[in-house]
Amino acid sequence: MTFDAQTIKYLVIDILASTIPLATPLILAAVGGVFSDRSGVVNIGIEGMILIGSFTGVLTSYYTRNPWLGFLMAGLSGCLTAWFHALASIKYKANQTVSGVAVNIMATALTGFLLKAIFDRAGQTERVVKLARWTIPVIKDIPIVGEIIGSGPPPVYIAFIVVALAHIVMFKTVLGLRIRACGEHPEAADTAGVNVALIRYGCVMMSGFLAGLAGGTLSLGELSLFKEGMSAGKGYIALAAVIFGRWTPVGAMWASLLFALADAIQLIAQNWGFTLIPQEFMLMFPYVVTMAALAGIIGRSTGPAASGKPYVRRGV
Amino acid sequence: MSKNGTGRRRSELLVPLTAIFVGLLFGAVLMILTGTNPLTAYAALIRGCFGSWADLSETSVYVTPLIFTGLSLAIAYKAGLFNIGAEGQLIVGMVAAAIVGVAGTGLPRIIHLPLTIISGALAGALWGAVPGYLKAKLGVHEVVNSIMMNYIALYLSHYLVTGPIKDPKVIAPYSREIADSAKLTRFFGGFGSSYRFNSGIFIAVAAVVVIYLLLYKTPLGYEIRAVGNNPDAARYAGISVSRSVLSSMLLAGAMAGLAGAVQVCAIQYKFLDLFAFEGFGLDGIAVALVAKGNPIGVLGSASLFGILQRGSQMMQGIAHVPKQVAGIVQAVVVFMVAAEGLTEGWLRIPGLVRRRLAGRSGREDAR
Repeated sequence: MTFDAQTIKYLVIDILASTIPLATPLILAAVGGVFSDRSGVVNIGIEGMILIGSFTGVLTSYYTRNPWLGFLMAGLSGCLTAWFHALASIKYKANQTVSGVAVNIMATALTGFLLKAIFDRAGQTERVVKLARWTIPVIKDIPIVGEIIGSGPPPVYIAFIVVALAHIVMFKTVLGLRIRACGEHPEAADTAGVNVALIRYGCVMMSGFLAGLAGGTLSLGELSLFKEGMSAGKGYIALAAVIFGRWTPVGAMWASLLFALADAIQLIAQNWGFTLIPQEFMLMFPYVVTMAALAGIIGRSTGPAASGKPYVRRGV
Repeated sequence: MSKNGTGRRRSELLVPLTAIFVGLLFGAVLMILTGTNPLTAYAALIRGCFGSWADLSETSVYVTPLIFTGLSLAIAYKAGLFNIGAEGQLIVGMVAAAIVGVAGTGLPRIIHLPLTIISGALAGALWGAVPGYLKAKLGVHEVVNSIMMNYIALYLSHYLVTGPIKDPKVIAPYSREIADSAKLTRFFGGFGSSYRFNSGIFIAVAAVVVIYLLLYKTPLGYEIRAVGNNPDAARYAGISVSRSVLSSMLLAGAMAGLAGAVQVCAIQYKFLDLFAFEGFGLDGIAVALVAKGNPIGVLGSASLFGILQRGSQMMQGIAHVPKQVAGIVQAVVVFMVAAEGLTEGWLRIPGLVRRRLAGRSGREDAR
């Protein structure tokens, strides 16, 4: 294989064009993680909420043949799952890591159980109707850019809209100020009349909704079926993106794109028959990049002060 | 008045027991919803675990790795850490044992067997040290990093078993069988016995004792527990927090690595390619939590979850209940132990009802 200018151009376009769809579930889940963390609740359960979302999406599309309804149900199922985590973390002051891990164990077991019980199959479901690709007029005609983001699964575009909305809510509205206050200094927020518990419930459930949509993106946007364990650590990578993106929606988006780029490079290397490095080492690449990114940023980035701590209101 | 010592201890036992009961109940409801009689299923579970000597022997095979991974999570838990990476540490433990078990062919058993098992523990310790070091020196959340390490271990093992350590004589991705001198003793009929009950369980029990003594009778154990209780206070008391974090992750990794080594030396005799995580590491979470991080308690809770795991296989075979029921029960248990307040609230219900029935006389006493 010779690396002339034309080849390199195609290679770069190929890599970038696969990065965006790979980043989409990470972006959705990470923006949710920003909300949860900013309000003061660590959501390790994102991984499980993605899995529940991807299963519910396929299940709904299977019975209704309506992938959009499936995508919505994916979000709502994630939201419902998040409610359990919120209940344990906020009302019952549970260890948030443990409660989040309980969500993940439950999601793996429950989706596996229902896969057998409903589809009577192991491993994966049959194919269902998936979301039809969108083609964006105008953009698709721009050279290079059109090849990268001119058309794609709808969640790709939804994710970028979500980032913009999340940025506005978090930094340009009173609600955003209150959310950040709950994560930094819940006592002060409480004194100022903010209902800390309500804000935290809302943020955790929003995080579950977005994680559910991330799941729907995997099962109805990219593929058209549910596979056991299809979240494959994406929830944890999204958490890393939250930290690497310094707890902002836009930062989380860039971090997600970076991690997805690592994934895209390994995929494209396989597709182009690049065999210098064994495939397994290429598959490790996104995970190694995530660890390296975290090790590089930490120390220069601190999270919300009260994140992970239950808020106990001092009565008089 | 119920907040005295015995009351506390009672609730420490009652909360996990209630959690397990609710978990089984939840599993039963799911079975009813999907059209199975839970009584038939749970009967299959019990029979599958205790029905015969062969079943009992198999149950011990399920319990052994859970003791190790439960200990692994418990040690980290005592230091205030969450070692969700036991899964990956177990994998590298298996790989290391499979390599040394073959490479040391010709060595006398008294050297080869301990060497094989220790190499598994060392590999696990190394794997645990990475997130431990990153946590201790840079403060990176150990959960995210140890999950990443799990995937790296999975792919690394896949690379090794399809390439460098693959047995060239078979098509399937297996490593070569370890030498007899690296195999643990199977009682009732030697290496090839169909009874897989083996000396691994004694290593596990010994590990429980060692970890108990280490945590409660040595300065290092004291430091680990102090850091887990309150890192700031520990720092003021002159304890090196980063040293305690790193050593607890090393120990936790070593325990998970031992689980892998024993699995190879006693059960598999080789490394078999994994297509997904084995789950022993994740199961260790529930084991350690129910035991509240106490090594002695791990022995009891590992037995319980081992029975559940083995039983769920039998439920799938006999009553056609998907074996994932075990995971569902486990998740409910972890959730309820974490949300202790919820569980304790439920425990108070019978008392409240009794008081309500007995009139309002109890109200004055409560004040």
